[in-house]
Amino acid sequence: MRLSVARVTGRGVVYLLLTIGAAFCILPVFWLVRSSAMTLGDIFKFPPILWPATIRWQNFADAMKASPFLRYFRNTMIVVVPNVAGALLTASMSAYGLARFRFPGRNFWFSLVLGAIILPPAVVLIPQFLLWSKLHGVNTFLPLIVPVWFGGGAFNVFLLRQFFLTVPRDFDDAARMDGATYWRTYWQIMIPFIQPALLAVGLFQFLFAWNDFFNPLIYLSSKATYTLAVGLQFFVGSYGTFWNILMAAAVVIVVPPVIVFLIGQRYFVEGVTLTGIKG
Amino acid sequence: MKRRRLRASTTEAIAGYLFASPVILGLVIWVILPMFGVLAISLTDWNVLRAPRWVGVQNYVKLFTTDLYFWNSLKVTAYFVVLNVACTVLYSLVVALLLNQKIRGRGIYRSFFYLPTIIPVVASSALWSWLFNPEFGLLNVLLQAVKLHRSLWLAAQTTVVPSIVLMTVWAGAGNTIVIFLAALQGVPRELLEAVEIDGGTWWHRFRAITLPMISPVTFFNVVTGLIASFTIFTQSYIMTNGGPNNASLFYVLLLYREAFQRNNFGGAAALSWVLIIIVSVLSLLIFRTSSRWVYYEGEAR
Repeated sequence: MRLSVARVTGRGVVYLLLTIGAAFCILPVFWLVRSSAMTLGDIFKFPPILWPATIRWQNFADAMKASPFLRYFRNTMIVVVPNVAGALLTASMSAYGLARFRFPGRNFWFSLVLGAIILPPAVVLIPQFLLWSKLHGVNTFLPLIVPVWFGGGAFNVFLLRQFFLTVPRDFDDAARMDGATYWRTYWQIMIPFIQPALLAVGLFQFLFAWNDFFNPLIYLSSKATYTLAVGLQFFVGSYGTFWNILMAAAVVIVVPPVIVFLIGQRYFVEGVTLTGIKG
Repeated sequence: MKRRRLRASTTEAIAGYLFASPVILGLVIWVILPMFGVLAISLTDWNVLRAPRWVGVQNYVKLFTTDLYFWNSLKVTAYFVVLNVACTVLYSLVVALLLNQKIRGRGIYRSFFYLPTIIPVVASSALWSWLFNPEFGLLNVLLQAVKLHRSLWLAAQTTVVPSIVLMTVWAGAGNTIVIFLAALQGVPRELLEAVEIDGGTWWHRFRAITLPMISPVTFFNVVTGLIASFTIFTQSYIMTNGGPNNASLFYVLLLYREAFQRNNFGGAAALSWVLIIIVSVLSLLIFRTSSRWVYYEGEAR
């Protein structure tokens, strides 16, 4: 009897704590949406109101008028699409090479891949920037796209290699016996096997490129080339007190990744899980 | 026969190199050469306007002796790193333990906890500077509702780093939670039940079985957390710009200013090398001591 009472209170505590934690996560997001729908007068009311009597759509129009967000959106897509494509193709190729072939120096290169995961990108920033300015690549999208086509990030290579290792060798051996080239084996046999991991990599890279602030801040220097992240930052500078319009602008940049997350949630969780467990 | 096998292994090696060539070239062009490059630049006086001039270790000497911001920035960053890693790991572990119970709607709860991680840091920085607003922000409204003192949050030297930690735990714990949760689901049931049969409480189960079983994952989360925290940039760049009174002038923000606002590439490169050394020493230290507190299955101790 005492045991079951303890059980019931135990479960109550679990739900209570979970609800508090969930509120901590959700409340700021709710406040973002709520503030984006208000007039400035409503926003500064005390005690604060939870939701405005009428939604002020004008905030979004004002935000769009104040900054060329459509242009920023276009620029962001110009960066994001080749990012995802480059990561999918070159990370899977590299991972296949590291997972399935014996060649001298393979372990050395793989350990460098692991090292590159830990290396903070900021430490190689100066020479990379000087290289791009020599190549006249500053204020173009090239510095944000080209590096991704060289392996698509050490982290993605590592993740896909771990996945390739779980595919039984019999499959590629059989394909090779039938006379398939290495490329065909990779493209027609192996790729279908690792599709879930590829989806995770595509999602990670989409999010990374969409959310990236540091690199666009450094390489893009005019309004014509800004991505959404950098554009929003300048908005913070000039609209710092118009919280409703600023929040409307923030909502615009938050919505696409949230939609992508809701659609691809399962692959996401699998991808994250894989890195931690095998790591 | 022998020659044919040799040829087969040679073609395999060539094919392997070709497949791996993107990442190999990428490592050479974007990591290895720049590492040497940044070392070379750190030994010069390099300004965009003037040609680089060799100055030896002068940039490093300046950094450690006369630089006004270096030591302060290191101190502030270390404070942030320790507080942030401790809070994130603890919070994530507790949430993962809760999510690992037999509860309804686990998927929905998990999505809630992951949602902030999806939001671009620029947007969450804008949002949190609104929440932190001392006069009209939500946080002070809540504090007042429960009859507590208002806080200045980002606007006071003493509260700015804890405030950024609060925001970063919110924004960054999603992956850590998911990884912990997966590890918890891998803890063998038989072991937990064995403790229960012996009359152990949930604390005994946690202390004797769960904690040692998930220690490799805790280790992973601590290492990745340390490195990610050390390179915090966007939050302070947008919300505080290093202030007040340089109390949130984190290391990478200092590096960015040195390079792109003061155009002192030599000094910024020296800062980069110091960061490389810090991160390497930290990783090495943790790996060295890991055998003392990480339990790997099947390992003789």
